[in-house]
Amino acid sequence: MKIGVYVCECGINIAATVDVEKVVEEVKNLPNVAVSRFYKYMCSDPGQELIKKDIKELHLDRVVVASCSPRMHEPTFRRVLEETGLNPYCFEMVNIREQCSWVHQQKEKATAKTIQLITGAVARASFLEPLEKKEVSVIPKAMVIGGGVAGIQAALEIADKGFKVYLIERTPSIGGRMAQLDKTFPTLDCSACILTPKMVDVARHPNIELLTYSEVMSLDGYIGNFKVKVRKKPRYVDEEKCVGCGLCAEACRLKGRVLNEFEVNKGKRSAIYVPFPQAVPLKYTIDPEKCITLKTGKCGDHALCAEACERNAINFDQKDEILEFDVGTIVVATGFDLFDPMKKPEYGYGKSQNVITGLEFERLVSASGPTSGHIKINGKEPKKVVFIQCVGSRDKKGHEYCSRVCCMYTAKQAHMVKEKIPGAELVVYYTDVRAFGKGYEEFYNRVQGEGIIYRRRELDDPIKVTLQAGKAVVKAKGHPDIEADLVVLATGIVPREDSKELVRILNINQSADGFLLEAHPKLRPMDTFTDGIFLAGCCQSPKDIPDTVAQASGAASRVCDILSKKYLEIEATVAEVDETLCRGCGFCVDVCPYKAIELKESVDGASGHTIKIASVNEALCKGCGSCSAACLNGAIQHLGFKDGQIHAMINVLGEKYL
Amino acid sequence: MKDFEPNIIGFLCNWCSYAGADLAGTSRIKYPSNIKSIRVMCSGRVDPVFILEALRKGADGILVAGCHPGDCHYQSGNYKTNRRIKLLKKLLNELGVEPNRVRFEYISASEGQKFAQVVTDFVDELKKMGPNPIVAKQ
Repeated sequence: MKIGVYVCECGINIAATVDVEKVVEEVKNLPNVAVSRFYKYMCSDPGQELIKKDIKELHLDRVVVASCSPRMHEPTFRRVLEETGLNPYCFEMVNIREQCSWVHQQKEKATAKTIQLITGAVARASFLEPLEKKEVSVIPKAMVIGGGVAGIQAALEIADKGFKVYLIERTPSIGGRMAQLDKTFPTLDCSACILTPKMVDVARHPNIELLTYSEVMSLDGYIGNFKVKVRKKPRYVDEEKCVGCGLCAEACRLKGRVLNEFEVNKGKRSAIYVPFPQAVPLKYTIDPEKCITLKTGKCGDHALCAEACERNAINFDQKDEILEFDVGTIVVATGFDLFDPMKKPEYGYGKSQNVITGLEFERLVSASGPTSGHIKINGKEPKKVVFIQCVGSRDKKGHEYCSRVCCMYTAKQAHMVKEKIPGAELVVYYTDVRAFGKGYEEFYNRVQGEGIIYRRRELDDPIKVTLQAGKAVVKAKGHPDIEADLVVLATGIVPREDSKELVRILNINQSADGFLLEAHPKLRPMDTFTDGIFLAGCCQSPKDIPDTVAQASGAASRVCDILSKKYLEIEATVAEVDETLCRGCGFCVDVCPYKAIELKESVDGASGHTIKIASVNEALCKGCGSCSAACLNGAIQHLGFKDGQIHAMINVLGEKYL
Repeated sequence: MKDFEPNIIGFLCNWCSYAGADLAGTSRIKYPSNIKSIRVMCSGRVDPVFILEALRKGADGILVAGCHPGDCHYQSGNYKTNRRIKLLKKLLNELGVEPNRVRFEYISASEGQKFAQVVTDFVDELKKMGPNPIVAKQ
């Protein structure tokens, strides 16, 4: 064992408070120390050369550098070892700057502390072992969960780079929320017009396998090697035969009698339907909750849809299909729900047709919506419209966050009313107008210039909407009452109801506010804590379309980072089991946050008994060491932070140094 | 005791408390030199046996610092440590060691000031408590 010790002066950063020459003299005499030097800047090229020279000429097998924090230069010095052919894990760093010379004032004490810290490191160094970085292979395929604009964008970008993508969408068509919008702010682009070309691209892309009306059932595995099970729900329509002609829906006995969820339950459809005319894929689906044949076994004397279909595509015997496939990475783009204003009875939602939500307004004003784009309430054009902001957002008792898009969508909606009903009187009750994006402030000014009145209220100021003689009377503190024909509530973006189920299946996390948790809010906004799974769009936090597309593009880039490699390196400082010591108690399995350890059964050679031994999946192990601490007899050890290595330091540091 | 200088061993987690201690250094905040720290990846790595060994070797105080609840880089390590140390403190009583010689603190990567304050307070407290009774008896 030959240890080289190098003490850095770091200019005067260390040298001013630590007597570096004295340290080097004292440390020379420690067991196994072959050489002990100091230098002005250890991390510089000449400093690194000093170490390399000693390794080669003195045949050093361990190196200790006492300088700044390992969080600063540990990688630098590990590389020095690698470049001389020494294993980078045979290196120990001592922090005598951030946690010594910079924080202590008495030279004598700082020097004594330095000597003791280096003594501890030298003791530990003799217990360090070479460690090998592991490699896992990567399956060059991705899965995108969610077919809204985020999922579509991510899928297209990954597919364009040559990788196969499975795009899984829960509803019968891709398109998501953006397909429900009429015009988008601030450009007033028609939402469907900019989205549908992308939807068609997805359908036609040779690298994208589109699985609609499907859900992810389970996920196993780890980065590079995920095993997915998807449940394809039965449409009761043969997708190969259906051409989307719609004769079945025309013939359906329940035509015009089933609430259409795409129209936010404001329009009606048949039991056999496509969600909207531009659906991709354009294949009909039978609603099993409503279809008479599926619910009772018989629809009149025969099913009218099957009779009408000229392609014989109806198949009431269709079953669930379970698909299994492997992918290397996953993008979660599952989108959002909207706040349910029934939770705020003061706004009068649900009591009359006069009070609607922002999304319901979008359907009202859409040319393909339930009123063909005519803004009509109870058959009449509204003359007085009131918009109320921050419904369900910025609520100290509920969702504290701001939903980011409502100020802009309300401004857009107010503009659209003005455009269709020029004589209408429009009032917006707001608290702060958040017009943060490119072109947003300009749009807001334009809307105000059209005569739409903005009235300010404090968040806590009550607004009550009551029904009186067919009008919705809006009473706001500090403002005159308005007898409105229409009240539009700017409901906020909330996490999907099934988020809890989703995070359990994927083994990712939710933030405190219920959205999906990113690995770092600033530096890693698309990563999750599960390597290989990325986030895009509103499932991570409320955002507008430009930001959603940008984030989806970023997630695609993160995915292709991984898929473009044949092998992935994983950290060497993982947990390792000494099978002769393990007694299969399972404590390590219980404490592992990543489910990286499992108990495997085997037959003990000596006794013939079936025994259980812990086994670590090194690709899942993140090297936290919790298992090591939980293990009662030290069978499972955290490589690089083994019990023996830490005890060697405790032995030294426990003694008095002054 | 006038010239009794307590000897403290710190176990700091790489992602939060060690980074917080580094921040105290970058900010040049001064605190007593009685503490010598061992870096672990997660406070969940800290086996109660480490703490008992440290006491047996003569350390007067042990500081274990991890991420705030909910912020553990490895999800749950700090919760495990919290429970282990609470249990350990009950054991220390039986051993005739004051439980306050072992401290578990939540220190984030941005709490340089807090780290310095914790060390300063701990040194003061230990000065009043006196040397580790296990070693004093030997």
